[in-house]
Amino acid sequence: MIRVVLPPHLRTLARVLDEVQLEIAGAVTQRSVLDALEAQYPMLQGTIRDHVTRQRRPFLRFFACQEDLSHEQPDVPLPEAVATGEEPLLIIGAIAGG
Amino acid sequence: MSGVRILVGTRKGAFILASDGARKKWEVAGPHFAGWEIYHMKGSPADPNRLYASQTSGWFGQLIQRSNDAGKTWEPVDNKFVYDGDAGTHQWYDGTPHPWEFKRVWHLEPSLNDPDTVYAGVEDAALFRTTDGGKRWVELKGLREHGSGPRWQPGAGGMCLHSIIVDPNDPERIFIAISAAGAFRTDDGGKSWKPINKGLYSKYIPDPTAEVGHCVHHIAMNPRRPGVLFMQKHWDVMRSDNAGDSWEKISGNLPTDFGFVIDIHAHEPETVYVVPIKSDSEHFPLDGKLRVYRSRSGGHEWEELAKGLPEKNCYVNVLRDAMAVDQLDECGVYFGTTGGQVYASADAGNTWMPIVRDLPGVLSVEVQTVS
Repeated sequence: MIRVVLPPHLRTLARVLDEVQLEIAGAVTQRSVLDALEAQYPMLQGTIRDHVTRQRRPFLRFFACQEDLSHEQPDVPLPEAVATGEEPLLIIGAIAGG
Repeated sequence: MSGVRILVGTRKGAFILASDGARKKWEVAGPHFAGWEIYHMKGSPADPNRLYASQTSGWFGQLIQRSNDAGKTWEPVDNKFVYDGDAGTHQWYDGTPHPWEFKRVWHLEPSLNDPDTVYAGVEDAALFRTTDGGKRWVELKGLREHGSGPRWQPGAGGMCLHSIIVDPNDPERIFIAISAAGAFRTDDGGKSWKPINKGLYSKYIPDPTAEVGHCVHHIAMNPRRPGVLFMQKHWDVMRSDNAGDSWEKISGNLPTDFGFVIDIHAHEPETVYVVPIKSDSEHFPLDGKLRVYRSRSGGHEWEELAKGLPEKNCYVNVLRDAMAVDQLDECGVYFGTTGGQVYASADAGNTWMPIVRDLPGVLSVEVQTVS
C-alpha cells in the first residue's frame, strides 16, 4: 500500500482528512503513483500535473525519505521505503506567500 | 417575497450575501473554497439554483465548481481547458511572440435558457463552452483563429477574456472583450468573429485606431436593448448604438475616465454607472474619496454619487467584474473593492451602505434576483 500526503487544499478538494493510500500494480514511480491517485480521486486531475504536458506544476514539490524527488524523471522508481509503505510520498506546496 | 443573492468572488474564497427585497439586512455565507482565488461566480438565469464558480490557484491551477442548490453544496466539474489545435503565439509585453498558454478562467457566462450551457472566458484569451453542465469544455476556436491573434497582447492583469454577453434576442450573437485586444462579436454562434473596435482611440499602442490591441476593461449591455453597448476602456468611457460597429466617447464631465467597471440600470437603459479611478499608474479613487458616477442620459453628463461611500483615506480599486445590478423594481446596484468591502445601494445609487467591510480583496460581484 502506497501512502501519499497531500497539501491541505487538495485534501479538502479530495475530501480526505489524512494521508491517502493507493494500490499500485507494477513499478512504484511518480507516474504510477499519480496515475493511481488521479484514478481514485478524479477531482485532483490537473491540480498536481498539467493536463496537457503531464508535468508537475511548478509550485509543487515531491519529497520522500528526507529527499527532494521533484526533479526525478517520472518513471524512475521511488525509494523502497515508499514502495513498501513504510514512508509516505509528500506532495508539498511551495512556500510562496499569500 | 423576492430578494437578492450576491455572489462575491474574492482572492481567498467565495461568499454569498443574501437579503430580502428591502436589502437592509444581510446574511453572509462563506467562505466557500477558502484560500482559493475565486475569479468569478454566476448563476444560471434558467435555473437560479445552478451556480458556477471559477476556482483558481497559482499552486494547483484551475477548477470549476458547480452547485445545484444555490451554493449550499458544490461539486467540481471538468477543469480541462485545452486549446483546439496549435495555439500559436500572441504578443508579449515587449512585442515579441509568446506562446498561448492557459492560465485561468476569468468569467463564466451561463446561457440565458439552458442551465447546462456555459461560456468561459479564459487567460490566455479564448472562449470555451460546455453544453453538459461542465462535464466537458470545448474551445470556440473561431475567435482565437480570427487572424488578429498574433497582434493581441496582455494587459497588466494578463491576456484575459473577461466580458461575455449573449444577445437575449439572438443566441447566435455574442459579444466578448479581451484585454488587450478589444471587443469582438459573433453573429453565428461563435464560428466566426469580427473585431468591433471602430471609434476606440488608444494612445498606448503604435496605431491608436488599430483594428485590435485596445485595452477594453469591461463591456455591458441592458438586455432590454441589445443593440446598445457601454464600455469602460483603459481610459475612456464609450457607447455603441449599433452592436459595436462603431463607438462614441461619452466620458463627458467625469473627473477621470480611467476605470474598470461599468454597468447599466436594470430598467432604465440610459442610466449607466462607473467608478472613476485616478489613473493607470495609480489604481485608486481620486483624492481618497470613493465615488460612483451615474449618467441618466446614456453618457456625457455624469453625477457624483457619494452618500454612504468613504469621504477620505480610501485607496482601494474596483475590478472589472466587481459591479452588478439587481432586477427589483427599485434597481439595486452593488460593487466590491480590493479592500474587501461590498457596497450596496437599494435606490439606484442615491445612497450606499457596506454589506461587509472585511472580506478578502473582491474580484467579482454578480447578483441574482430570486423569488
